[in-house]
Amino acid sequence: MARAVVNVPATVKRGEIIEIKTLVQHAMETGFRRTQLGELIPRDIIRLFVCTYNGAEIFRAEFHPAISANPLLAFSTVATESGTIAFTWTGDKGFSVTQSARITVV
Amino acid sequence: MPGPSGAGIPPGERRSGYEFMSRETRAMQDDDVTNPGMLWVLDGEALWNRKDGAAGRACADCHGDARAGMKGAAARHPAWDAASGRPINLEQRINACRVGRQRASPLAHESRDLLALTAYVARQSRGMPVDVAIDDRTQPYLDAGRATFTRRQGQLNLACAQCHDERWGQKLAGSTIPQAHPTGYPLYRLEWQSLGSLQRRLRNCMIGMRAEPYAYGAPEFVDLELYLMWRAHGMPFEAPAVRP
Repeated sequence: MARAVVNVPATVKRGEIIEIKTLVQHAMETGFRRTQLGELIPRDIIRLFVCTYNGAEIFRAEFHPAISANPLLAFSTVATESGTIAFTWTGDKGFSVTQSARITVV
Repeated sequence: MPGPSGAGIPPGERRSGYEFMSRETRAMQDDDVTNPGMLWVLDGEALWNRKDGAAGRACADCHGDARAGMKGAAARHPAWDAASGRPINLEQRINACRVGRQRASPLAHESRDLLALTAYVARQSRGMPVDVAIDDRTQPYLDAGRATFTRRQGQLNLACAQCHDERWGQKLAGSTIPQAHPTGYPLYRLEWQSLGSLQRRLRNCMIGMRAEPYAYGAPEFVDLELYLMWRAHGMPFEAPAVRP
């Protein structure tokens, strides 16, 4: 099971711009490399990252070959209400990881 | 025994590879959320607590909480091992424990599990000063490591010391030559897209000077590790580090 690490500030003021950082464990095999015997190594990458804030999508990223292994994403949003920020990474070979964080808006 | 220049690096001028990195890469290392080495540390924590081998014991069953028991362990390795009658590095210590205490099979060099366990143990020494013990027993191995460091080798006829003692801070192609202090291993190298051991890094350097690298776990490598750690005596340990 791949690991994911996320960082969301726990308590923030309403209307504040917050930075969210995520790191996920994945080799991101491009599909262009060959083994020493010349056989193509099949592509195995994350295809999609989605972040939702109390169920509403706030950020989405499509991944392609040439994105580094263990992709690190940082993005920002406006803290509107307390609740849950959920993260989903899906990709080749049935790869799927979910992670979530609580945020309290005061 | 002096290097090719006889100089070495004065204690006040020693710099971790960290100081030669870009601001962005330093920030990546400093934050546990962005440091990819922490993914291996988390894996290592799970392995630490998992029972393994014929003895059915986990690392934690003998050593307890690694955050207390393993504090400083990585900063003291390579260290003398009575059973093998020579200094061994941290990876070898973990495997010796696996074979001797857990009665499990040793983990392969650079395998995901060995890197994870090593990273988890090494993480417990972050911020502590490097402090390998040199005494009558380890002195000959330190001398052997120093001899390897200062000996010209490979088709390019280079010694480690020519770059890392005499030309640190200068450029090798686009990269700044660091001083080769092994204070952050195992570390995440962006070029590797992975965590790797000090011996993997040493192999890179040897291939770069067109010398035939020693095999993983070779005594020559452990002697060289011992010399490099002794050379970094007192510098803060920073595993898992990030390097370009």
